[in-house]
Amino acid sequence: MSAVDFIFPEFEVVRNSDRCIACRVCERQCSNKVHSYNEERGAMLSDETKCVNCQRCVSLCPTRALKIVKSDCAFRENANWQPDTIKQVYRQASSGGVLLSAMGNPKPQPVYWDRILINASQVTNPSIDPLREPMETRVFLGKKPSRAERGPDGKLKTELSPQIDLSMPVMFSAMSYGSISYNAHASLARAAEALGICYNTGEGGLHEDFYRYGKNTIVQVASGRFGVHKDYLEAGAAIEIKMGQGAKPGIGGHLPGTKIVGDVSRTRMIPEGSDAISPAPHHDIYSIEDLRQLVYSLKEATAYKKPVIVKVAAVHNIAAIASGIARSGADIIAIDGYRGGTGAAPTLIRENVGIPIELALAAVDQRLRDEGIRGNVSLVVGGSIRSAADVVKAIALGADACYVATAALLALGCHLCRTCNTGNCNWGIATQRPELVKRLNPDIGSERLINLMTAWRHEIMELMGGMGINSIEALKGNRMMLRGVGLNEKELGILGISHAGE
Amino acid sequence: MTVLDANGLDFRALGERVRAAEGDVEITNCCGQRFIGAGMSAKSIEIGGIPGNALGAYLDGAEITVRGNAQDAVGDTMNGGRIVIHGSVGDAVGYAMRGGSIFVRGNAGYRAGIHMKEYKDKVPLMVIGGCTGSFLGEYQAGGVIVVLGLGANGRRIVGNFSCTGMHGGKLFLRGDGRDVLFPAQVTARPAEEDDLAELRKYVGEYCELFGADAEEILASPFTVVTPDSKNPYKRMYVSN
Repeated sequence: MSAVDFIFPEFEVVRNSDRCIACRVCERQCSNKVHSYNEERGAMLSDETKCVNCQRCVSLCPTRALKIVKSDCAFRENANWQPDTIKQVYRQASSGGVLLSAMGNPKPQPVYWDRILINASQVTNPSIDPLREPMETRVFLGKKPSRAERGPDGKLKTELSPQIDLSMPVMFSAMSYGSISYNAHASLARAAEALGICYNTGEGGLHEDFYRYGKNTIVQVASGRFGVHKDYLEAGAAIEIKMGQGAKPGIGGHLPGTKIVGDVSRTRMIPEGSDAISPAPHHDIYSIEDLRQLVYSLKEATAYKKPVIVKVAAVHNIAAIASGIARSGADIIAIDGYRGGTGAAPTLIRENVGIPIELALAAVDQRLRDEGIRGNVSLVVGGSIRSAADVVKAIALGADACYVATAALLALGCHLCRTCNTGNCNWGIATQRPELVKRLNPDIGSERLINLMTAWRHEIMELMGGMGINSIEALKGNRMMLRGVGLNEKELGILGISHAGE
Repeated sequence: MTVLDANGLDFRALGERVRAAEGDVEITNCCGQRFIGAGMSAKSIEIGGIPGNALGAYLDGAEITVRGNAQDAVGDTMNGGRIVIHGSVGDAVGYAMRGGSIFVRGNAGYRAGIHMKEYKDKVPLMVIGGCTGSFLGEYQAGGVIVVLGLGANGRRIVGNFSCTGMHGGKLFLRGDGRDVLFPAQVTARPAEEDDLAELRKYVGEYCELFGADAEEILASPFTVVTPDSKNPYKRMYVSN
């Protein structure tokens, strides 16, 4: 390595020697090998070049002797050339590689949820106390009839297309077995069952142990078709065709061969050590008509018993794209915004491609209404839904339900160090190393997910109650309940909401 | 055997009848109905006429025979069974298939065998008697593709960009393959004794189905294409 390649470590490990008892917990806990014990000095040492600031050692240090801080060793200040950009140039100059990152876009781009405020009832219409009054958070996802029809005997036809039945308008979004661990999947599956919601297999197939959670599982079919076969398609509550992902619109997936080991290899049905490459496009889909063909081939293969979801990334023409999908025979459209997470994505794509989910959702809902086809599909949105407030805002903007992944991983212990791609996750989530995977206990993991979603459900009810609304159905697309702050005319126009004070 | 007249039936109505039929099925007057046999196992379906796209998608053990041509996406994501086409097929035949076999007497269109894959003893096989269009075996991750080029009359038997992104499996091309431009990450070499022994099984089955002369076909040289690495993009990224 030449001197110019040297990048000063981003973090400093600060060890309080008055507190450190050299118990070596930090050493055992760090898969990146930051900590080591020096026999001669009887003291712990740190190699900060390896630290990713995942906070594992900090969390487990019994004497609170450790903290990780951002290094103040800095390049000369430059508003145009930020330190990250300079370091990226060094990394590429030394390697010739495409920059690879993990998790969602960390750049300070606008988060519209934070510029949208929710209404509440005062004086003229009563608010509702969810502790005392019935409140409906249950939702059904799938096609809805545009009008009531009666049979020859005058009775209402009550047969609906297949629906996903959720106790609350939230699902865990797609994360493949391979990108996350067995125990992470076990936690998600168990929690989804207990909560009466769904989790999503992602494109890595379904481990045989998890077929029993089928009615709470969405099985995904992506361009690589990993682990897709008849039993898999029939196992879930719905089938999702993945066309795109918010963190990396326009490109495929690539799970490196180093992660294709043991059960992951068997579940994906590819040999150990072989790269799992999901091509950027589906090579049989070049048009809405082709998409329709895949939708119906899945429906034929499962005898029309499963709703089919088409998942796309939020991109510039999302309204027109969604209009096409709504005519393709799909039952549900899932839209993933550009702040969505990922196990690995080229940095520049994550940070520069796609659009915010808030704008995409508002545009799509409006377009489908304008065209009179909103009932053809349910809308599920993801791409950084961080709280129950984001869920409520999304529903009021027109979503039927939300996809949540990063928040679920945080519940499992993720500290957003954004190095999932290395496979060394100290929290046992984004790794296949057995000694790390076992750190995540599915009993505890599922309980924490249940806690989180139970709390969100209650918050959703409180926020709805405050508005005098007692069901998700009455909140859906109710943009009168939203106001913008600090948004310009154009943004307000796309979101279809008034400014605060109006 | 149940005989189903497809005349006037749309794909959904025909599909329901095929699913409901007990035992083997013969479909007559087939005219473009899609998805025939989707996901089926343990059934034999014989088709007179021309089936529509996605014939035998997710096929799970059934046997499908088409007396004429078939269209696009035959055997999409097929898991097991056999599809025999006595004519030619359209684009994307055997996309992502991971088991079973497809035999096409005539030609195949673009993107044949894209992303075929294998796992342990599940090794899919696709034999094309005639020629194929471009992008043959793109992203191939496993399985065996054989292109015999019968009736090519000296023309190149595959289109452009064969084996782009190939990272597993094997491709047999009849002839010395010198007129085909392969990407940098694969190796094309003349078939050796082991290869020919393997090939003999595939060609034998083809000849049994369609009545060609195996010895005559095998008398020609064959080219074998395999990938250099199962991790083609290993060196492409730098952790940021």
